[in-house]
Amino acid sequence: MMHTDTAPPGTAAPVYFVTDEEGHHSEGSTMLGFWLYLMSDCLIFATLFATYGVLGRNYAAGPSQKDLFDLSGIAVNTAMLLFSSITYGFAMLEMDKDNRRGTQMWLAITGLFGIAFVALEIREFVHLFHEGAPPWRSAFLSSFYTLVGTHGLHVSFGILWLGTLMVQVRQHGLIAANRRRLMCLSMFWHFLDLVWIGVFTVVYLIGVLE
Amino acid sequence: MFDNVNLQQLIFGRFTIDEIPYHEPILVGTFVGVAVVGLAVLATITYFRFWGPLWRDWVTSIDHKKIGIMYCIFALIMLLRGFADALMMRTQQAIAFGDQQGFLPPHHYDQIFTAHGMIMIFFVAMPFVTGLMNFAVPLQIGARDVAFPFLNNFSFWMTVSGGMLVMVSLFVGEFSRATWLAYPPLSGAAMSPGVGVDYYIWALQIAGIGTTLSGINLIATIVKMRAPGLSMMKLPIFVWSSLCTNILIVAAFPILTAVLVLLSLDRYLGMHFFTNDLGGNSMLYFNLIWIWGHPEVYILILPAFGVFSEVTSTFCGKRLFGYTSMVYALVVITILAYLVWLHHFFTMGSGADVNSFFGITTMIISIPTGAKIFNWMFTMYRGRIRFEVPMMWVVAFIVTFVIGGMTGVLLAVPPADFVLHNSLFLIAHFHNVIIGGVLFGMFAGVTFWFPKAFGFKLDEFWGKMALYLWVSGFYLAFMPLYVLGLMGVTRRMQHFDDPSLQPWFIAAALGALLIAGGIGSQIIMFVVSIRRREELRDLTGDPWGGRTLEWSTSSPPPDYNFAFTPVVHDSDAWWDMKARGFSRPMTGYKPIHMPKNTATGAILAALSFILGFAMVWYIWWLAALSFVAIIGTAIFHTFNYDREYYIPAETVSREEAKRTRELELA
Repeated sequence: MMHTDTAPPGTAAPVYFVTDEEGHHSEGSTMLGFWLYLMSDCLIFATLFATYGVLGRNYAAGPSQKDLFDLSGIAVNTAMLLFSSITYGFAMLEMDKDNRRGTQMWLAITGLFGIAFVALEIREFVHLFHEGAPPWRSAFLSSFYTLVGTHGLHVSFGILWLGTLMVQVRQHGLIAANRRRLMCLSMFWHFLDLVWIGVFTVVYLIGVLE
Repeated sequence: MFDNVNLQQLIFGRFTIDEIPYHEPILVGTFVGVAVVGLAVLATITYFRFWGPLWRDWVTSIDHKKIGIMYCIFALIMLLRGFADALMMRTQQAIAFGDQQGFLPPHHYDQIFTAHGMIMIFFVAMPFVTGLMNFAVPLQIGARDVAFPFLNNFSFWMTVSGGMLVMVSLFVGEFSRATWLAYPPLSGAAMSPGVGVDYYIWALQIAGIGTTLSGINLIATIVKMRAPGLSMMKLPIFVWSSLCTNILIVAAFPILTAVLVLLSLDRYLGMHFFTNDLGGNSMLYFNLIWIWGHPEVYILILPAFGVFSEVTSTFCGKRLFGYTSMVYALVVITILAYLVWLHHFFTMGSGADVNSFFGITTMIISIPTGAKIFNWMFTMYRGRIRFEVPMMWVVAFIVTFVIGGMTGVLLAVPPADFVLHNSLFLIAHFHNVIIGGVLFGMFAGVTFWFPKAFGFKLDEFWGKMALYLWVSGFYLAFMPLYVLGLMGVTRRMQHFDDPSLQPWFIAAALGALLIAGGIGSQIIMFVVSIRRREELRDLTGDPWGGRTLEWSTSSPPPDYNFAFTPVVHDSDAWWDMKARGFSRPMTGYKPIHMPKNTATGAILAALSFILGFAMVWYIWWLAALSFVAIIGTAIFHTFNYDREYYIPAETVSREEAKRTRELELA
């Protein structure tokens, strides 16, 4: 099976070199490479989820999920992030239509939703500090802040990236390199949405409703 | 409020002049040595006006071959550091009996064994493996570079940055005393308040980013950039082993990153992941670190297996026996690597069921590994074996590794492990497989590919001398440790009371001296080979009668590797080309699209080093500044769209004409 096309020595030599190639080598690998990066990032979140799973009930006589979380506030927060994913999708549709203005507009709206999400999260953390629940209070709180905070840092980084890309689209338009970059950020953004659905379910819903 | 803020602390963090260990004669001596050698190197570079070429052709280079070579050089330099630690430990244990305390006090001895383990794994074995993969994989698959050349350069300099942070800890402050995996609660803020563990954490985080990115890079390269006709089941085994290793890297290193972040949060912000109080659980750390740690073992050994496969079939003049079973064995090992982590702490008390599961999965790994050993032996069977230096390393490996593998199966039996856990038997076992497997493999690989990288072979006499000294030194140094381990002697001891143990430790120290001779021979080998390079010159590009594509191009290969991308018809592509009388095209050269060099990788890595150093010493302003600089530099880099250029057809034509003349001379 492996060596089916091995002719015995002495038979005519087949083609051994590509003589008329067009050398563009880096384009095709970016998406695969970025997928691999996302999967490695996913493992970081997996570790943090596992840590929360192990330590999430270790309250050390401190506050528990039921004492701290306000589901309606979190629902607003979640809505911000879900909307931002939809609007990023719209930006990509505009990009497909080669509409630079439309792309930029939807990117800006996505960024605003992202900023709203991060702002609400910071507000929640400040509130928790006032409630006497800082991360060094118990193992539960350490793992909670780390999981949610890591996600928040990712979103903040995504916003910075989004801003950079908007400047680059302004400078160079929707050239191939910029389309590739927008695709990468798109995957990153939806990936964070997906992680948040996990956080919302595992940390908030199960924590409060159980 | 400002009464509490001390200006010195604001500027220097917790660094004070007392942190320079000027009262420790060993360290002062080392520092003087390093400083003299360092100045000599700098002076030499200046004298030969080498700064320009060094910067242009090496530091900023995105050429996978040069990056591979730099990885190997870095590994060899760090091997000297790691081995100096080993020599000190062996000496200490050989003399510290009864009233005699030896020359290393416990606080210093503990730093040495921590540094030895950590350096040997992360800054010797890892860069060695990554270096060989970087050098050989694109050549073996007929590609002109890796998928992400800039990231490759960045990854390398991040690894160096991490290594430098460990080296700095020698002379500024101290290193960790909490063992090579920094087990809490010992590594927590309460029991290790100093800078040692922080040096450890930041060195690993910085180098770990490089490792993860280089893993992603090589997977994308192997999946996307194979020459036409090179289907997966025709890949050279070294490429297969690299693919499996890099999958393991991408699927394991993020866990290390995450667990070290948790440890730093415990240390820096007083959180409670692994502390003894407020709900922390240190066994979580043990589980997480070994979920990374066990795959890491296979990350190191699989590329060595790949090298042995290439060397065996080349020097036996035969197709590798059982190619398909080799591939499946690699894949099975890759999967099983994730199902055995708990065998590192059977004594944790998970109960008989859990321990049995992990004991059995561990034993199962010996089946694919055993299949590979038999495949190498069947390749040798009725082969026309040429006992050149790389092949001799293979034979040394087979014998040594089988012993190490069998002691591993012994340790996989949970009841036996309860007796042998943390004993010198374990130390002997893993040195048996890491030296006998990984290091012998890397030495075989370096000897094998050196002529490809530089155009001349390594001196055979000193190569053999190194082999004999390394192999005999290994047995003399570690067989006594098996005996001592069976007698119940535990690891990490700075002093012993029972004088009857001393002869075994003296034997082990003599073994370490033999290994020192082996390393010395290797240094002499490089010097002699460079001096005799004209005699050792190989003009053919194929000095060993090679079988895979890297031997089809000149030595050293041109920047673009192949003037025309090869088309593959057989798993031993170059062997097939030779057997069927290929003809090398001499005309019709086209301009070749290649990536441009860039300094961004080196700059980002230097900034990361500063960030790590500032975090270790709590110099917050510097940490913030360097962090902002890192983000700024990275963003600035993305504004550069002009990253590729064409090598003109005339240049290609000139290079290839030179190759034609060389082939006529050879």
